[in-house]
Amino acid sequence: MNELLSPFDGLLERLATPEAIKAIETGASPAAMWRDLDESGFLDALVDEAHGGSGLALADVEPLIAAAGARAVPLPIAETMVARALIAAAGIAAPRGPIAIAGSAQAGQTVPLGLVAEHVLLDTGTTLVLAARDDLTPAVTGVHRDLAARITWDGAPQGLSVARPDHGLRPIAAVLRATLIAGAAARLTEQTTAYANDRVQFGKPIGKQQALQQQLAVMAEDMIAARIAAQLGCAAGLTVSPLQAAVAKATASALAPRIANTAHAVHGAIGISEEFALQLLTRRLHEWRLADGSEGYWTAVLGGARLADPAPSVDWVRARVFA
Amino acid sequence: MFDTFAFATLPEDHGGLRQAVREIIARHVATLPLERRARSWQGFDSAFSRALGAAGLLGLTLPTAYGGGGLGPFERFIVVEELLSAGAPVAAHWIADRQSAPLILNFGTEAQRQAYIPRICRGELVFCIGMSEPGSGSDLASVRTRAERTAGGRWRVNGQKIWTTNAMHSDCMIALVRTSGTAADRNAGLSQLIIDLKAPGVTVRPIVDLTGDAHFAEVFFDNVELGEDALIGSEGEGWSQVVAELAFERSGPERIYSSVVLLDAWVAHLQALGRRDADALVGRLTAELATLRAMSIACTARLALGESPVVEASIVKDRGTTFEQDLPLAIADDLAAHPDELVSADLYRALMYVTHIAPSFSLRGGTREILRGIIARGMGLR
Ligand SMILES: Cc1cc2nc3c(=O)[nH]c(=O)nc-3n(C[C@H](O)[C@H](O)[C@H](O)COP(=O)(O)OP(=O)(O)OC[C@H]3O[C@@H](n4cnc5c(N)ncnc54)[C@H](O)[C@@H]3O)c2cc1C
Repeated sequence: MNELLSPFDGLLERLATPEAIKAIETGASPAAMWRDLDESGFLDALVDEAHGGSGLALADVEPLIAAAGARAVPLPIAETMVARALIAAAGIAAPRGPIAIAGSAQAGQTVPLGLVAEHVLLDTGTTLVLAARDDLTPAVTGVHRDLAARITWDGAPQGLSVARPDHGLRPIAAVLRATLIAGAAARLTEQTTAYANDRVQFGKPIGKQQALQQQLAVMAEDMIAARIAAQLGCAAGLTVSPLQAAVAKATASALAPRIANTAHAVHGAIGISEEFALQLLTRRLHEWRLADGSEGYWTAVLGGARLADPAPSVDWVRARVFA
Repeated sequence: MFDTFAFATLPEDHGGLRQAVREIIARHVATLPLERRARSWQGFDSAFSRALGAAGLLGLTLPTAYGGGGLGPFERFIVVEELLSAGAPVAAHWIADRQSAPLILNFGTEAQRQAYIPRICRGELVFCIGMSEPGSGSDLASVRTRAERTAGGRWRVNGQKIWTTNAMHSDCMIALVRTSGTAADRNAGLSQLIIDLKAPGVTVRPIVDLTGDAHFAEVFFDNVELGEDALIGSEGEGWSQVVAELAFERSGPERIYSSVVLLDAWVAHLQALGRRDADALVGRLTAELATLRAMSIACTARLALGESPVVEASIVKDRGTTFEQDLPLAIADDLAAHPDELVSADLYRALMYVTHIAPSFSLRGGTREILRGIIARGMGLR
């Protein structure tokens, strides 16, 4: 998939610079960045060819979603890709603006990137509703530079109704978050390794200290585990089951804080300064860990299903997660 | 970083391998008590290994010309996964099948291949690995056991190996020995020899472990005379051969399934009681197991491409053994968090056996710190 990834990642590198991200996080309009993203055509990658898209599978665009995570893009790229595919499959023309997704119909919930979205695709439990963001009384969370929105409505959320996937939106949303985590983890591992080779204390790079080498090795392991778990979720496509999503998200969510912690520990004080770009990724890791269910939520889902079946563990995992 | 270490799909089992293994397991393993099955790849049963050999389930990746299966690493993954998840006693063929036969195939002469590989594939020849010595553990290049050429190009071996798994049941040891220079020469001057353990001058003394088992031994060599053909590969190339051998040793699914029999027994306990307060813990362990399985298949996919995935294998082994070690601790805490609940004697014994043996999981085959050093080197840190 490198032929897709390198032009897409080049586009993100040009658009989502740390300065541009900061500007949007502090209130600048994302319209120009969005226009360039939309015109690139990548946002229709999951839309079937009959509806003007590229008809790719989720596994095909997994590297693109990970790249969006790695570059901390302040716009809902992955969410819009999935929303457009679901809307097109329902035979409806999707709006061209950014679409955030919400895996439940709980009023008051926090939706990542809700402040920069024009629409939110909500799962009411029986149908999906494409609601205009402004009809959802979006409120800021009050967290520093956060682009998430708290959304509420009176009665039922209003908007276009879109067919609901068998298992609803939450498993898909969880797999997207896992993939974003994996992308950010990959970039953080590279940045942290490079920093360790660069920063000199006691007359040599800190990366020559065995204590840090061992921590960084574990960070790389965590990064790979998050990557492969997220890819396992993406391999299941848009019909991903809650159990497959559970493996992807429980794994990535549990690892996100470990990865963020090591990145900060190795960077020392400069890592927590606002000006240094590290925080763009580590703040998001914590947001994505919680979004659409933390490891606590998904391990309970997985364990409940596991305990309902007498099969031995490896057989069960093969049949229910790898099928 | 490590971009090619990515999700891969296990190919369809066209040869019906899973079914074939299951039939043998139903006959030999299903009736074994839990605590025997919890011993997993330390359980020794020659009859079982021969039955696998007779069914064509050993030496799967070796050429058919030498009695192997002519198949690939994915097929071996399937068979090994079935064996380990059932807690089958695989020790009688484990080392020969996993690393000695591939080593002989890669570095041996045609005569050595003919002499050893077909019998390994039949499950008739037991091998052990003679790397560690009392003074050489992690620092393997410091081995002191010496082999000298005698008249007529024969070899004379003196020295000692230790922690040699199954030495007391083995026909042969593949030993890393010094053939020139001194310990100060490090990895130069090392060679590998196939030592016939029935040869005069070899003494094998089993070592009992903290669970009461004796699965490893000390092996002493006192002027042991060996033929010219004891040398495997090239003289002086022992170090690079050992590195290749360790890549085989570290990359299989055995590094994630050592305590899975215990996991199943605990799940059955929860199911029998209908207890639901451990859902999240069961889910966490299941998610970790599934992710490790995906990582192990991803590593197998690199092997199938003909690579030697040393860093990938180290990652799977370090993480897999961490999981295997965490499992008995988490299960013990859950069970004892319910002090008024009846735990069967079988489950308790298996739990405590795995708890006590678990530290060995991250020692055998290279310690945690050594593996993380290999990963750090792969990251460009050393
Ligand atoms: C069950 C079992 C089966 C075994 N079977 C075999 C076998 O069949 N054949 C065989 O040859 N060997 C076998 N071994 C031996 C095994 O390979 C060694 O135990 C292992 O290599 C470690 O060596 P050691 O025990 O001497 O520990 P040491 O090397 O003394 O290590 C002790 C501690 O120091 C740490 N350490 C050492 N060097 C460094 C370093 N440079 N940096 C940081 N930390 C370091 C280690 O990580 C470890 O924590 C077996 C061991 C076990 C437990």
